[in-house]
Amino acid sequence: MSTIGVSVPRVEDERLLRGEGRFLDDLRLEGALEVAFLRSPHAHAKIGAIDAAAALALPGVVAVIDGRETAAALEPMVFDIAKIVPETVREATAPQVRVHPMPALPAERVTYVGQPVVMVVAESRYLAEDAVDLVAVEFEPLPAVVDAERALEPGAPLVEPDWEDNEAISFSFERGDVDAAFAAAAVVVEESFRSHRQHPSPIETRGVAAGVDPQDGSLAVWSSTQTPHLLQDFLARWLHRDPERIRVRAPDVGGAFGVKHSCYPEDLLIPFAALRLGRAVKWAEDRAEHLAAATQGRDQLHRIAIAADSEGRILAVRDSAVMNAGAFNLLGLVVPYNTFTHLLGPYDVGALGFEMRVAVTNTVPTAPYRGAGRPEAVFAIERAIDRLARQLGADPADVRARNLIGPEQMPYETGIVYRDGSDQVYDSGDYPELLRRACELVQRERFEATASERRRIGVGYAIYTEGTGVGPFETARVRIEPSGTVKVFTGASSQGQGHRTTLAQVAAEALGVAVGDVEVVGGDSAAVPSGFGTLASRTLVVAGNAVSEAAAAVRAQALEVAAGMLAAAAYELEVEDGVISVRGRPDATLPLGAVAGFLTPFNPARPRGAPPELAAESVYRPGPVTWAAGVHVAVVAVDLPTGVVEVLRFVIAHDCGRVVNPAIADGQIVGGVMQGIGGALHEEIVYDESGQLRSGNFMDYMLPTAGEAPEFELVHLDTPSPLNPLGVKGLGEGGAIGPPAAIAGAVEDALADLGVVVHRGPLGPSRVRDLIASAASAASP
Amino acid sequence: MKPAAFDYHAPESVDEALELLADEAVESRVLAGGQSLVPMMNFRLAVPEALVDLRRIEELRYLRIGADGALEVGARTTQAELLRDPAVTTGWPLLHDGVTHIGHPQVRSRGTVCGSLAHHDPHGELPALALALGATITVAGPAGRRQIAAEDFFVSFYEVALEPGELVVEARFPAPPAGSGWSFREIARRHGDFALVGVACLVTPAQTRLVVFGAAERPLLLADPSEVAAAVRPLDDLHASAEYRRQVAVLLAGEALAEARERADG
Repeated sequence: MSTIGVSVPRVEDERLLRGEGRFLDDLRLEGALEVAFLRSPHAHAKIGAIDAAAALALPGVVAVIDGRETAAALEPMVFDIAKIVPETVREATAPQVRVHPMPALPAERVTYVGQPVVMVVAESRYLAEDAVDLVAVEFEPLPAVVDAERALEPGAPLVEPDWEDNEAISFSFERGDVDAAFAAAAVVVEESFRSHRQHPSPIETRGVAAGVDPQDGSLAVWSSTQTPHLLQDFLARWLHRDPERIRVRAPDVGGAFGVKHSCYPEDLLIPFAALRLGRAVKWAEDRAEHLAAATQGRDQLHRIAIAADSEGRILAVRDSAVMNAGAFNLLGLVVPYNTFTHLLGPYDVGALGFEMRVAVTNTVPTAPYRGAGRPEAVFAIERAIDRLARQLGADPADVRARNLIGPEQMPYETGIVYRDGSDQVYDSGDYPELLRRACELVQRERFEATASERRRIGVGYAIYTEGTGVGPFETARVRIEPSGTVKVFTGASSQGQGHRTTLAQVAAEALGVAVGDVEVVGGDSAAVPSGFGTLASRTLVVAGNAVSEAAAAVRAQALEVAAGMLAAAAYELEVEDGVISVRGRPDATLPLGAVAGFLTPFNPARPRGAPPELAAESVYRPGPVTWAAGVHVAVVAVDLPTGVVEVLRFVIAHDCGRVVNPAIADGQIVGGVMQGIGGALHEEIVYDESGQLRSGNFMDYMLPTAGEAPEFELVHLDTPSPLNPLGVKGLGEGGAIGPPAAIAGAVEDALADLGVVVHRGPLGPSRVRDLIASAASAASP
Repeated sequence: MKPAAFDYHAPESVDEALELLADEAVESRVLAGGQSLVPMMNFRLAVPEALVDLRRIEELRYLRIGADGALEVGARTTQAELLRDPAVTTGWPLLHDGVTHIGHPQVRSRGTVCGSLAHHDPHGELPALALALGATITVAGPAGRRQIAAEDFFVSFYEVALEPGELVVEARFPAPPAGSGWSFREIARRHGDFALVGVACLVTPAQTRLVVFGAAERPLLLADPSEVAAAVRPLDDLHASAEYRRQVAVLLAGEALAEARERADG
């Protein structure tokens, strides 16, 4: 019986539900010191004298380290990915990318509130925080720039004084005759739409611990990271050590959503302190630090125009976007280029003109956050299509349907180069069918029955495509133990996605064993020699296929050895539930574990030349990305006099190819949608004009809770990907991509007769009242 | 987000607590449920030298109906205990309904009724409820006990009419007379948040007590919705504009009064 496609209960859950999870802050390293940081209170300032005498005099304080001290030992940080531009991308969009390195601790200048300035190492975090209060740093404030559009204006304060302006990235693209299409169009709509800044805010904040092995001097690092192998490589390079002498482990990790993908100053500083002091050192980030200093997401403004014929067929799209990178251009094209390649999504549009400018500002750096540039693209295009539908007096779902790429057009070449340098080709999917299925489930009438002059009901749509399963590779090793247990080692670590279950299902399927006999080990740089990590909706595609290949190789190995043991040919053997049998000889059976045991070096019957164990390693290197897609439909109620928006129902039609574990897939999608609802209605990172963070705690940065969850309806349309043996597509980010656009569309629909246009979120009650008021004043000259 | 060092006391009687609080050389704070004080200490916005925890004072752990029919709530009684008492649900439905808007079950299991009154967040539900219900707050101090009407108790943001060394020991909520009606309304960003703005209203055969909260430095007791627009002094913040609070206060006051009158008639 196939184990793929079955909602196997998560093997992770029993431990976690019993409170037996062991997260970074649960680590008890012998004699470990703890760290607190003095963080910049200024968005932009020169650093003057630092007086740590009082802090150092406090009993229990071991070290106070500042940027002048680290400058001698630690080169400023640069990430290779920020500079990577494939040749085909260069030809197609002529990107200009500038990167200035980020010091682990700045010696001269701070460039955002929350930037670490001084590291205090003490016997406890309490003492370290006491000592931070005693460190006196002279700051000389400099003019700051917070807003990306403002940063790009002439004369704006410079975030990086070596540059002549604040532009970190620009690129543009044109296909087809955009001007002619606009000139010939029956209808043109043009609007500005902003995706406001958000914070990923996983339940577990960041954290790093490090210690030096007294036996061999190797460095052991534990980090709440998405990417243990990347962190290992990064530390090797910046600490000038062999990667083999650094082991990075991610213990249980409580969510990440992109925020734990970047390598941070703290990731470097904690191991640095452990090596310098010769003692274990731990830093567990608190929530205030997390909101102020971990990477944030979104923060794009799009000026988008659509040219359409009188039937609503889109002839051309023109979009000019500005993105806020924060104080450092950490990851280069990753997010802004994602926005570009996902702008047209499922739509068949002839002409496209696109330009993107990315500015550095005196705010915390931005980085991928669940969706990574896609929600921003979808907010712009989907909102613009809603405006088009309104102008045509047409149903927004119909206008979308008229422009969708049809299944007969698959594989569909978009004419765009994807970020990995290959041509962007949608491998499979049926977008019209996805939209039809979603629309069937909306039940608008049920909610209209509750409507009144005061309580308005609205429906909004968002359709997206998502390139998933990006390379370059992932390694898997599968081994069968003499006990019959199958061990799967993967470079993809888990932050709660359920990999120990889904990858076990993949291995069980390929081997012919029960899921319960498979143990998945990840999150350890020592588990497999190379790995990448869990990000960008890639694990099932890349690690999943690596596991499947490795498991298949082990199966073949086992059958070859078993053939000798059973005096049969390998092709006559089959494996079911962990037992090998010979077709047509019901009594000739052998458990897989017995084959592994047969290979023990002490077995006199061991055939000469037999493999040392039943184990195989596979590195899966995917080709171009595979394309998942989804349709989101939100039904909302808006209370006119108070502006309160309630999401009543959320319909999702989803295509992530072959589904390995439907319950886990649904959980991923619903979790993503909840984050999207948070962004649509509640969450916003706000800086004031001087760059002070105003939403630095959970009373002001409002995550949605279970209390804000609407009723959900999910339907899957599985079009297997032809690009990988498992036929899977990624799904980790999809849920978060559509809700801001769908909910904004629904609110606009509910208030259509008032002429309200939603240009940005979050749609809290006060903003909704402002929208109603400004629509009313626009209507009465 | 670790508090600065502090001394911790868990006295077993009110007298013992008062003795600790009487030491003027030490800046002490009273700890009840800790749902506001502890986060403030973790942010080091509050840096008391000592905490006087009420958790062992059994004499303050009660919820009872007094001789005159008033609901008497001791300083250790949690919001969850109040919600669980059927006498409260039937006799003080406004209090019951209002308290359900405080935080989530986890918060109400720890948070105390008297602690919320003494803390006085003007966006909080309990100060408004105390004012609407004509509650009296009993405080104990070096000079003995005194009673303060809710009208006089709430001074300004996080400030109440407690003298140094005094401790809130009880809140008394008179029983609403027969034929009373009530209403409680608030607008919050999410379930369980402090109100952007809210209204608690009690209509008795003798009087109308209309309280608007979240729209000034303390809850405001008014007689009629027509007074609201002029009486409120709302602030702008991340979550709502002052103008929003003013408009919605007026709206909610009208709706609450109408609902309370309807319940009074019914």
